[in-house]
Amino acid sequence: MPARIILRQLFKTGIISEPPPAPDPTLAVNAHALNEEILRIFGRAVGVRHVDAGSCNACELEIHAMNGPHYNIEGAGVKFVASPRHADVLLVTGPVSAHLATALRRTFEATPDPKWVVAVGDCAATGGPFGESYACRGRVANVIPVDVVVPGCPPEPKRILAGILTAVRTAPAHRQAPASP
Amino acid sequence: MPHQIDLTPLAPHGGGPIWQFALGRTRLTAFARGIQEEGGQLLALWGADDRHLGGTFTLHTAYLSVLGLIWAKTPLEAHAPSYPDIAHIFPQAGRMQRATRDLLGLIAENADDTRKWLRHAVWSDGQFPLRRDFELAQPEAADAYPFVRVEGQGVHEIPVGPIHAGVIEPGHFRFSVIGDRVLRMETRLGYTHKGIEKRFEGLDVSSGARLAGRVCGDSHSAFTWAFCMAVETALETTPPPRAQWLRALFLEIERLINHLGDLGYLGNDVALGFGFNQFWRIKETWLRACREWFGHRYLFDCIVPGGVARDLTASAAAEVVRLVRETREQVRPLIELYEEHAGVQDRFTGTGIVTPALAARLGLTGLAGRASSQAWDARVQFPWPPYQELDVQMALERSGDVAARARVRAAETLESLRLLKTIAESLPPGPLVRALPTSARVCEALGWVEGWRGPVIVHVRLQADGRLDRVHPHDPSWQNWPLLELAVLGNIVPDFPLINKSFNLSYSGADL
Ligand code: SF4
Repeated sequence: MPARIILRQLFKTGIISEPPPAPDPTLAVNAHALNEEILRIFGRAVGVRHVDAGSCNACELEIHAMNGPHYNIEGAGVKFVASPRHADVLLVTGPVSAHLATALRRTFEATPDPKWVVAVGDCAATGGPFGESYACRGRVANVIPVDVVVPGCPPEPKRILAGILTAVRTAPAHRQAPASP
Repeated sequence: MPHQIDLTPLAPHGGGPIWQFALGRTRLTAFARGIQEEGGQLLALWGADDRHLGGTFTLHTAYLSVLGLIWAKTPLEAHAPSYPDIAHIFPQAGRMQRATRDLLGLIAENADDTRKWLRHAVWSDGQFPLRRDFELAQPEAADAYPFVRVEGQGVHEIPVGPIHAGVIEPGHFRFSVIGDRVLRMETRLGYTHKGIEKRFEGLDVSSGARLAGRVCGDSHSAFTWAFCMAVETALETTPPPRAQWLRALFLEIERLINHLGDLGYLGNDVALGFGFNQFWRIKETWLRACREWFGHRYLFDCIVPGGVARDLTASAAAEVVRLVRETREQVRPLIELYEEHAGVQDRFTGTGIVTPALAARLGLTGLAGRASSQAWDARVQFPWPPYQELDVQMALERSGDVAARARVRAAETLESLRLLKTIAESLPPGPLVRALPTSARVCEALGWVEGWRGPVIVHVRLQADGRLDRVHPHDPSWQNWPLLELAVLGNIVPDFPLINKSFNLSYSGADL
């Protein structure tokens, strides 16, 4: 019986995955010359580690949605990984809460070079409505270097995917996290 | 109990049945016990610094009772503000008391657990961010937090987080295990504490509504509605009928998309990728439809003080009805599949149990509570406009396991679909917003909305110039997190993600 339900539903649904969006150079905050070597290595498959630095959780909802059947991100070479040691891209959401600043910095340091940081959402871009306060460090770039910013509250899955693809088609700029404040 | 006390209805003409009264410090314990004896629960506990208004400090408590929501305000001393511990009556008060101590320096006398809760190392003990005279001074050298240790042969600890391997919010879980079985699990939260309550101070009400909606992003409409309800009640106004109906439409869409997403993930966590893909496909259809109808996939900022910012056109209303029908046809076989799939039922049934007795004792609330026989749903028992006209049917289960929480979600999914159809077909005509009156004096109220996760409460106090003076948003995750710790006992560690997902509690909403 379960097998029948599955088969019936599969036939009815068909294939709903959509083609990936093109990279969008306007999202890059550090415009660098395209590095052919890096592109050759990473252009086809990239490991992404998500870090919630203090988000309200709606940016996460869109990252989950991006993993849904419409977006076929693995077809675009994007795979979420469980450890920063396996990651090429850090996808950081939220303003950076003071309680997570150290963990975020450590995650950045634990990610091997070359690496890119994509700041996802208005909070990650500017601090959003939470700003800077006794408990909040504001935008991600206040804590670790950022390569690509994807604005939106929350940004739609296609924009997040475009942000990731933009990052890996741009050479990373820097290796050092700024010193602790 | 309540009948010997002078309860005043908060809003004779609007809002839900919320009652308020001043509760002397010496009567706090007896009152809480009275509520408990009549089968009520503590929903929230928070504090306020009222010294700039000529007052002292106030302890606020909100109780769920057969009368509705009872909001008690207990004035405390200005110099050594303290109150009798109520966690021995309502254990769910424990973490709220600890947070109130961290943020305001209000002390629960003779409490068992006096460890810090929201405070890590950023500010030190003796500094209180929500006091008006707070200035950030020296942080603490290190964040020392004494976890409860389990000792004995063969016991070992597994620390997890705060940054997790998957796409979830940050928090720390410490498992003490023997072999594969969990002996104890302790949660440490507060990582996403970003000073939201402080941030509200001095904002205008529109910015306040936007911020309230970002306390917990998956419950945007619930928080924004509760915030706006509080503002409107304080200013003695109500939104126009069409706005109330549209707010209910937004809230039910929010419930629907969260339940669809969670049902998908519950499938995913038991290796039924098919369930994940199917439920998320349907969810994505709704998100795209919301983008088209209201300009935002998660309906952000559609609810505004005084009414709503987005309308539903006649053609979109017909689309809602059509999509409801289509969704119902697609969801029913999936629910049936979960019920009949041996592998799914094997993992769901008997996993992560919270018995009804434990749920009652510890105050498990919302959808998780309803999966453990806690029959509370404000839409059903204390309907606020327009829910009086919607006749919501409560979903109730008693086995308290992952299977029960999945069944409550499934039943509420179908019920929300029914409500969405009714709302789309019977939206009253009229304006979308009513301009807010001015008050010219300090005024305050509570808003109370049954969000998808459970009861959401927002306390708002306005200054005489109409700006926000104090806002406290309360997410039901506060009560439910401690129950997750008990639900995992005796289960195997690999079942933790599944049990966790079946509750799906908010970190941001309770870290503030
Ligand atoms: S950008 Fe918006 S959705 Fe993302 S974390 Fe900030 S408030 Fe939440």
